[in-house]
Amino acid sequence: MKTVPAAGGANGSSNGPFCGHCGGPDGGGLPASDEHRRCVELLTLEPPRYCANCRRRMKVQVTPAGWSAECSRHGVLIR
Amino acid sequence: MTIPAHPAITRYEILETASEQVLEEGRGLTQEQLLEVLRLPDEALPAALQLAHEVRLRHCGEDVEVEGIISIKTGGCPEDCHFCSQSGLFDSPVRGVWLDIPELVKAAKETAATGATEFCIVAAVRGPDIKLMNQIKFAIDRINEAVEINIACSLGMLTQHQVDQLAAWGVHRYNHNLETARSYFPQVVTTHSYEERLETCAMVKAAGMELCCGALIGMGESLEQRAELAAQLAALEPHEVPLNFLNPRPGTPLENQGIMDGKDALRAIAAFRLAMPRTVLRYAGGRELTLGDLGTRDGLLGGINAVIVGNYLTTLGRPADADLNLLVELNMPIKEFQKSL
Ligand code: SF4
Ligand SMILES: [Zn+2]
Ligand SMILES: [Zn+2]
Repeated sequence: MKTVPAAGGANGSSNGPFCGHCGGPDGGGLPASDEHRRCVELLTLEPPRYCANCRRRMKVQVTPAGWSAECSRHGVLIR
Repeated sequence: MTIPAHPAITRYEILETASEQVLEEGRGLTQEQLLEVLRLPDEALPAALQLAHEVRLRHCGEDVEVEGIISIKTGGCPEDCHFCSQSGLFDSPVRGVWLDIPELVKAAKETAATGATEFCIVAAVRGPDIKLMNQIKFAIDRINEAVEINIACSLGMLTQHQVDQLAAWGVHRYNHNLETARSYFPQVVTTHSYEERLETCAMVKAAGMELCCGALIGMGESLEQRAELAAQLAALEPHEVPLNFLNPRPGTPLENQGIMDGKDALRAIAAFRLAMPRTVLRYAGGRELTLGDLGTRDGLLGGINAVIVGNYLTTLGRPADADLNLLVELNMPIKEFQKSL
């Protein structure tokens, strides 16, 4: 398993073609497009659920001090 | 810590009554009285919170109990609690996943390092099967070898045999929430009944474990139902009541419910304290969204005497340091570790 920071933006949100929060198509730029501004805010309160690269739902593990999110294709994102 | 009486307390009859009945005599308010507290106007809120705070100081003391929680099995639950992103019956983005034991032990150590004395292991299940019970036993043994912390569990509905096993393994507290008032429950859960929840709560108490039995408010229940819930919880005499505020989750039936008003949330905190003067009243999920940073302080000065630090089961909390620094600032000592059982 590898860590791929490229799968997430500043807080695991975008930097890929999909939004980490809602899984919708995203330009991938930061700041996020208008459509996903709320998603980026929400990503300070919860981990991303979708892989920003492929939109697969990730296996997310939350612990008191951190979280990890794993895409079966693109690896693990850890915060 | 003595506090000069808030002048407004005498201006509202229900607060004056509560001052005598709850603060002085230690008897919680009745359902009808709680409804009056929940209906107090905004101007009365500071006085209600102050009274609740005094009740907490008088009957529980200054200590704040700090806890960390962890999900050993996330998602894929067969139940349909309409607020829950972990139900497998909704189109929620939360995927089923198990935490391995080394990660669990690491989380227990990190939790203890914050000064927390409680570590609660939670599973998204209707009730535990043999595989989960074996995992729990193994986890408890590994945590006990590694760190000094009280272990609590929340594994859904239990059989008598499972209750006895958990008690024998040294689980000192068991969480099983009522979530909402009996009269609103069928609107929120259809796959099991209120009675089934009460049965597990009763068995837990009878086995000598501390009962942690919580509430989730802001799900569309009326104020009457909120008062009903507080009274129903009080009747169970739980050791702890975790108070959650709805965080509407994508894909669940309550996703469009909206976030509850912060003042209503604070009124509920005061009311729950006035219903249960001696119970550990814990800030649980949703406070970041409903109340923000300021609300955390208001609640701790309004009847709350316990917090969950760090993240929740599927969502993120405030950084542990933010809460711990606030406790220092408020001059509230963290409750010290005492191995129970
Ligand atoms: S039983 Fe627990 S995990 Fe399952 S749907 Fe209800 S609240 Fe969620
Ligand atoms: Zn989005
Ligand atoms: Zn991917």
